[in-house]
Amino acid sequence: MVGASHYLILSTVVFSIGVIGVLTRRNVIIIFMSIELMLNAVNLNLVAFSDHLQDLSGQVFAVFVITVAAAEAAVGLGLVICLFRNKETVNVDEIDLMRG
Amino acid sequence: MLDYLWLIPLCPLLGFVINGLFGVWIRRRTGQFPPKRIVAAIACGTILLAFLVSLGCFLDLLQEDPEHRVYETNLFTWIPGGAIRTASGESAVLLVEWGLQLDQLSALMILVVTGVGFLIHLYSIGYMWEEDGFYRYFAYLNLFMFMMLTLVLANNFLLMFVGWEGVGLCSYLLIGYYIQKKSAGDAAKKAFVVNRIGDFGFVLGILMIFTYFGTLDFTEVFEKVASLYPQPEALWGPLCWIALLLFIGATGKSAQVPLYVWLPDAMEGPTPVSALIHAATMVTAGVYMIARSSAIYSRAPDVMLIVATVGIFTALFAASIALFQSDIKKVLAYSTVSQLGYMVTAMGVGAVSAGVFHLATHAFFKALLFLGSGSVILALHHEQDMTKMGGLKKYLPTTCWTMWVGTLAIAGVPGLAGFFSKDEILWRAYSLPQGHFIIWFLGVLVAGMTAFYMFRMMFLTFHGKEQHASDSGHHPHESPRVMIVPLMILAVGSILVGYLGLPAWLGPNLLEEFLEPAFHTAYRPLDEGHHSHSLEILLTVVSVAVAGLGIFLAYFFFLAQPSRTDQLRERFQTLYRWVYNKYYVDELYDTLIVNRCKNLGSVLSIFDHYVVDGIINGSAALTRFTARTSGLVDTHIVDRLVNLVAEIVEYFSSVFRRIQTGLVQRYFLAFVLGVIFVIGFYLYSGV
Repeated sequence: MVGASHYLILSTVVFSIGVIGVLTRRNVIIIFMSIELMLNAVNLNLVAFSDHLQDLSGQVFAVFVITVAAAEAAVGLGLVICLFRNKETVNVDEIDLMRG
Repeated sequence: MLDYLWLIPLCPLLGFVINGLFGVWIRRRTGQFPPKRIVAAIACGTILLAFLVSLGCFLDLLQEDPEHRVYETNLFTWIPGGAIRTASGESAVLLVEWGLQLDQLSALMILVVTGVGFLIHLYSIGYMWEEDGFYRYFAYLNLFMFMMLTLVLANNFLLMFVGWEGVGLCSYLLIGYYIQKKSAGDAAKKAFVVNRIGDFGFVLGILMIFTYFGTLDFTEVFEKVASLYPQPEALWGPLCWIALLLFIGATGKSAQVPLYVWLPDAMEGPTPVSALIHAATMVTAGVYMIARSSAIYSRAPDVMLIVATVGIFTALFAASIALFQSDIKKVLAYSTVSQLGYMVTAMGVGAVSAGVFHLATHAFFKALLFLGSGSVILALHHEQDMTKMGGLKKYLPTTCWTMWVGTLAIAGVPGLAGFFSKDEILWRAYSLPQGHFIIWFLGVLVAGMTAFYMFRMMFLTFHGKEQHASDSGHHPHESPRVMIVPLMILAVGSILVGYLGLPAWLGPNLLEEFLEPAFHTAYRPLDEGHHSHSLEILLTVVSVAVAGLGIFLAYFFFLAQPSRTDQLRERFQTLYRWVYNKYYVDELYDTLIVNRCKNLGSVLSIFDHYVVDGIINGSAALTRFTARTSGLVDTHIVDRLVNLVAEIVEYFSSVFRRIQTGLVQRYFLAFVLGVIFVIGFYLYSGV
């Protein structure tokens, strides 16, 4: 049947895609999408375990994560808008203001 | 009045402080000199007060019976020293009081010093009136009086030495009074240095006294001497050394051979200074000291012989120089040296009171003669050469007759003071056991020479042809009353003082009777010498005759036939030249001593310049070198180390800087790698 392991593998793959997206992509929006991907992958993981362990805590925590993700996305996009206003680009390769 | 003994030295000291220190203060503040009337009043007033107190103390002393005429008082403890071991092994304490002692000897001295001193102060008002440094003169004069009175009233050797040195200092200050004249400064230095040579002996004598007797107090020392030496020292021992060393001091202070050379040069000072210091008081300090130490001298017969020899030789030597001098003050200076020789001779033969008697009479007539000569010098606008004088009798009558009194006194003309004191010495020189016929004979010769040069001086100055430079009819005029009155008083004194010491065949010798108890610690030989009155009268007649011969020769050569002097001078040219140039003694001293000292000074100066300065400059160079090296080390090594550290940091930082790319994605990559590493670590070890 579809056991917990299927969900975990799915979650891992999605998470990895998210990580690779964050590491590889140049566009800031795409990076944010990748971060969302990572967060959602984590949600999958949490819910999978909640089902497997017949404990509701996983689902509760997943709701928290969704909330936080939403807030964080809002704030992040606000930062991006500020950044765009100053640098006229959404290409992270060009944002090295903190370069030492 | 004896309770106020301390006033006697104090008054002149106050005069010095007021005139001197306030005078300088006024001069600095206002640029003006202090008013002469006030200065004179203070200076003379203090001396007059001192004289009156002296008189009072003297009268008080007379109230006591002769054996108890000593009054001692300690003003304060000067040196509260500690225990010291003396030569005999016992321990002594160097305790020196500032103590005054009034006995017959010091009473006589203070009367002479303050009395004659007061008259000279009065005279100085007139003589120094035109001087700007009026206040300075009187300040120094008062300081001198303080020092001299301290010397005479001291009750111990060290305090006497304070006065001794003090009068030497004042002598220097006053001889060099005319600061613009280099010759005055030179003469002052000469006086001080020559004096110092004598003082060296004096100090050694004092040290020996303390070493052998454990005390410096007069009464204690003399009593110890009397008890330790019931008989005089037969062989040369410590007592003789002490006596000799003290006498060296007296030689310097009282201008005996070989340390007399400063006195003729001291004539550079103002004439009243010559009168006071170099005739009446300071130079007599040596004689006073020997008299005071009669306990020691009477027990050192070998030294007494030396003293007498030096004394009579000095008398003869100086008199011979005085014969041909042309400067009036120089004649008197050499005369002073000669008369001091008489006093020293008296001490040497044991005629202590006779010597002190001559000291007193000499003070009167020598001061008179000096002051009189000052009157002449002032009248001729500071001309001192007798060949430019002559016939001054009609212009300066009072000066003339007072100086004649002085001349007769010093020549030993019977009836005046000098006759009595000089004859007393001559008689004792012949009759006392320590005396000798030769000393008497030479003394008579000196008397003849004295008469000769004094009368010569008077004839050249006041009589004969007028040689003085007369500026358009302005003739010399007599000096003011303030100068003349002291002359007259001194003239009276020169006559009367002699009668205090009549010779044995004439009457009572009041002075000797008065002074005798003061010398009770002196050794009295059983054999008192000749007593014959007729012999004494005979010897007196001889000496008066010789003096008369001297007077006649002076009259012959300088009044009757002055041209003869030139003839004789021609015939005895070399001899004349030698004597006129004072036997070239000063030149001898210059070559033997003065120039050698200057050479030593040059050598030491070279040493100082090259060695001492070399060391100092060398150490400075060394310091500079060290500093430079240290600086180089600092720059090249220390700084380079510091820079190296900085460069290392810079290198590493440039390496590590590359981590900080500013690209967030890279940071995240590092994060992910870290997570993988941690998980892997735990997977492989935790499991």
